[in-house]
Amino acid sequence: MTARALPAPVRALRRPMGALAGGWLLLVILMAVLAPLITPYAYDIQSLKEAYQPASSAHWLGTDEFGRDLLTRLIHGARTSLSVSGIAIFLSVLCGMVLGAAAAWFGGWFDRAVTVVVDLTWSFPEILIALILVAIIGPGTTGTMVAISVAYLAQFTRLTRAQILTLRGETFIEAARSLGASNSHILRRHLLPNALAPVLVSAMLATGDAIILEATLGFFGLGAQPPVPSWGGMMSAGSALIFKAPWIIVFPGLTVAVTVVAINLFGDALIAELDIRNRMGGRA
Amino acid sequence: MLSYLIRRVLMLVPVFLAVSVVIFLILHFIPGDPVDNLLKVGSPPEARAEMMARYGLDRPLPVQYGVWLGKVVQGDLGTAIVARRPVADLIVQALPHSLRLGGLALLFSTVVGVGLGLVAALNRDRWPDKAIMGGVLLGSTMPSFWLGLILMLVFSVWLGWFPVSGARSASALVLPVLTIGLGGTALVARITRVAMIEAAGRDFVTLLHAKGLSPLRIQLRHVLRHALIPVVTILALRIGWILGGAVTVEVVFARPGLGTLLIKSLSQHDYPVVQACLLMLAIAVMLGTLVGDILQALMDPRVRAAME
Repeated sequence: MTARALPAPVRALRRPMGALAGGWLLLVILMAVLAPLITPYAYDIQSLKEAYQPASSAHWLGTDEFGRDLLTRLIHGARTSLSVSGIAIFLSVLCGMVLGAAAAWFGGWFDRAVTVVVDLTWSFPEILIALILVAIIGPGTTGTMVAISVAYLAQFTRLTRAQILTLRGETFIEAARSLGASNSHILRRHLLPNALAPVLVSAMLATGDAIILEATLGFFGLGAQPPVPSWGGMMSAGSALIFKAPWIIVFPGLTVAVTVVAINLFGDALIAELDIRNRMGGRA
Repeated sequence: MLSYLIRRVLMLVPVFLAVSVVIFLILHFIPGDPVDNLLKVGSPPEARAEMMARYGLDRPLPVQYGVWLGKVVQGDLGTAIVARRPVADLIVQALPHSLRLGGLALLFSTVVGVGLGLVAALNRDRWPDKAIMGGVLLGSTMPSFWLGLILMLVFSVWLGWFPVSGARSASALVLPVLTIGLGGTALVARITRVAMIEAAGRDFVTLLHAKGLSPLRIQLRHVLRHALIPVVTILALRIGWILGGAVTVEVVFARPGLGTLLIKSLSQHDYPVVQACLLMLAIAVMLGTLVGDILQALMDPRVRAAME
């Protein structure tokens, strides 16, 4: 098998930056999946005698204000943060693709209505949209998930619509139509599969932004509720103790930053491998 | 140009109406009935009906919206439930703080971002480019509240250079501006770099080279000018994004402002204040896009021609 026949994510892993970034992402995902099996402590066991300890051989990253092991909570936090942002973006992509494809395909007043709403929400910061939605739905993992997915809906609707509109003028669509293919056949079998690559890559990049957004909501105390650990929640607790025990907030923040950098680098490698830079809708 | 301006401002009217409908409806989506909170427990149904009538809640929704909008346009934003003061007063107090913070952050990210993007583009694929782009990527991936807290820890607590929080002195502005500005800088630097590289490949640049102008002069006088057009457009579109950053950063640094007011009233369920804050942010976003479009028309004659 030649290198070109391999799937794009595998090819992206063979680039130096792609390997580094992909390696970190695989590690984080693996830790999140295996969390209860690999963590040395339970995430909610308190031991006040051991509170506020800096890093040691017993607690590699130290302990928090209740004497809970930080590494354990960080790994369990990966579970919450990754699943909330991942599921939120998945829902967002799904709805965005349906809306965007329908708008591009039907045109007319429906397209205009969708475009107006999308343009309107797109200029508002995601954090504001998410904050308001959490206020309506109520705090917690479900509320955050829904809020994040609505906050990113405009982005995917816009991108899918643009993809379909560009592709619709291509020769192979004209050919399919000349051969007598029906509208829904062309949409399902030709347009959507071809629009998929840029949408999926930008979904991956948006997951990085969603992790930050989830952490920010968690920081405001609106995300996963205690004692369930999330990266944002850990930083929220740590922010009050930053002068006494800075490690409580430093490590979750670093983990968020490194993970989001890795997502961006791997995304860049994917864009290069798939050769879709000019189709990413203005991502610089 | 004047007709373009007038048309562009008129385009804002339907957008403002749409935004105001959404903000008005938020109050009705929020769980819980404000009237129940105002009534004493065990009040007779007549008292409830009287209360509904007093606040105009018994009238149909479109009428309520019309009344609300009419008051808003006249500057009457209602009364804050918790503070028991006119909402407009709270907003007037908070707004200058947010404008100063957001304006300075915008200035910082534009100047530093264009500078870094320029240096990166001039050294394309060499180490300055890679170092700048790497740093910029790292800067844009840190949660802003976290970055703010770490800056506070290092510069205020360990080094003691700036006040920890509050807004009593000008030096208290440095860290918040830096925190918001760094995220914006990343965006501006990235767009500037790509736009410079793209503009440098155009035919007119080849012509300038053929004329024998010095390469640096071409880059600074012609390519950069060309490249600034997308930078201005995207910056103006992302004004809201910078305001969003201001919301979190104000809370982190305990600064008075729209963000702090918004978060506080959200947690206190003080919805008239929430509505007013959102309305202000929405107006700022709309004015941002307006200014961006006008600047773009001033910079790019093709845009003007297309609009007229």
